Amino acid sequence: MNLKIALFGIAREIVGQPTLEVSAPEGQSAQGLLQSLHARYPELARLSSLAVAVNNEYAADDTPLQERDEIALIPPVSGG
Amino acid sequence: MIHIDLTDQPIDVSAALRSVEADGAGAINTFIGTVRNKSTGRPVVRLEYEAYDSMALHQLRKVAEQAAEQWPMVEKITVIHRKGTLHIGDVAVVVAVSTPHRAESFAACQYIIDTLKQVVTIWKKEFYEDGDVWVAAHP
Repeated sequence: MNLKIALFGIAREIVGQPTLEVSAPEGQSAQGLLQSLHARYPELARLSSLAVAVNNEYAADDTPLQERDEIALIPPVSGG
Repeated sequence: MIHIDLTDQPIDVSAALRSVEADGAGAINTFIGTVRNKSTGRPVVRLEYEAYDSMALHQLRKVAEQAAEQWPMVEKITVIHRKGTLHIGDVAVVVAVSTPHRAESFAACQYIIDTLKQVVTIWKKEFYEDGDVWVAAHP
């Protein structure tokens, strides 16, 4: 399946673009996606934290991703 | 009643305060976050806030709802966060909470700003005279 991932802040700068399309095995977990992105973009692994959001909620490591999901990478937030 | 906003326009603090007025309120507590001229001793020239808008709005509402649940006496809550380019002294965030008595308004207001900083999808980049840094990005 193809996943479209929205990128923000330092994650957007590391990848060099605001969205990323990746092909992933059916049922890919949030954790599995992070692992494949860490391999492709080692600088992502150096961040204090990196979460996956699915449909505007933080996803647990074992959350299965689906093609129709709105997926985003969430580097350490710093609002306020 | 909860009002949430994310805006690239200057925040009208007086309007935010008026928005939580209520006949049952004996207390209005406000937190105003402003842009400081220094970060860990380094002079800051300006900040840029970037947001994942739909998730930020959703998470801001959830945080306010959690506060209203934890302090059921809450009358009204307003949370407004700024995005875009901000300069020293600009208002970055306003949290206003009205309650019948003061203790709950202090507690709920602090809960909202503390939790906002942990979960709401907004990112701050600090610009110095000789560089820039995404705040909290690296250990």
